Amino acid sequence: MSNTIVKSLVIASSVAAAVAVNTGTVAAQATDKCFGVALAGANDCAAGPGTTCAGTSAVDYQGNAWSKVPAGSCETTKVPGMDADGSERFGSLEALLRDIPA
Amino acid sequence: MSLSDFAPALLNVENPVPDGLVDPKGRPAGRRFDVYRNNVVHSLSEALASAYPVIQKLVGEDFFKSMANVFVRQFPPSSPLMFQFANEFPTFLETFPPVRHLPYLPDVARLERARRQCYSAADADPIDGTVLTGATPEQLMSARLSLHPSLRVVVSIYPIFTIWENNNNDIQKPLPTGGQDILISRPLDTVNMQTLPKGGADFLRALYENKTLAEATDIGSETDGFDLTSNISGLLAAQILIKTTM
Repeated sequence: MSNTIVKSLVIASSVAAAVAVNTGTVAAQATDKCFGVALAGANDCAAGPGTTCAGTSAVDYQGNAWSKVPAGSCETTKVPGMDADGSERFGSLEALLRDIPA
Repeated sequence: MSLSDFAPALLNVENPVPDGLVDPKGRPAGRRFDVYRNNVVHSLSEALASAYPVIQKLVGEDFFKSMANVFVRQFPPSSPLMFQFANEFPTFLETFPPVRHLPYLPDVARLERARRQCYSAADADPIDGTVLTGATPEQLMSARLSLHPSLRVVVSIYPIFTIWENNNNDIQKPLPTGGQDILISRPLDTVNMQTLPKGGADFLRALYENKTLAEATDIGSETDGFDLTSNISGLLAAQILIKTTM
């Protein structure tokens, strides 16, 4: 057999062996993007217009900045302070209008 | 007073207090400026410690604080994005005479820097290896594997992964002889690390540079003891495969 064929078979068998021991390693994302809960500068990626990536939120609990949190826990995550109507504040699965820096 | 007088004076105690700084009663505000000056350096030192916690552990808090005072004056932040602050720290450690007797320190700092960069890198969804199973041997030879943008590799002649692990987790694993090469990745939300098998760093770099699987295998094989199966297996276990082109 030519070297190329030998090599291609080595690669094929290595790939097959490696895939066999790693089936199902890619886990489902057990988290939600939660808006309005990150401290200033501690958000995960994409805090909206004017920012590009992680660590760019300018104020605590910035409404359009998000953090990854365990799935299902976002809307029960309390943040300090009160909304204008005096109600308690929680994280949100959608971007919020509160605490957006000018 | 101008910003060009004010900013350097903040970080250099030899510089005079900028002219024209006054308190509410119009008196010179030299002592107030000293308080401010102190706060700036202190907060940057704290930021350095939170970026390099294992280095702080290795040299102790007091030593770290004194070293931070030197570092932050030499390398103040160049960007308002604080996760980019102190990227110069590993190189600084190479040239800072008081830590010359700890030659592994710069590489441990490189590992901490890679973890931080990995954490704030772009997101991408990993795929599993079954996409490769339908391919013919010829297709696999010429396949190009796209790897996750959070991927970082740190190579060292010192056992820096075990040093990091011991000090981060307060454990006492025996240090292996020889160096450790480390793969750092964040396929989903958590930064993961694993030591690379022989030739693994070169193999991954080749794939990252968009070389084919056959070319990357040749490059990896230049290191004695390179094992293709364990390298591909490690890549899949780390969940850093995001696309294949065949």
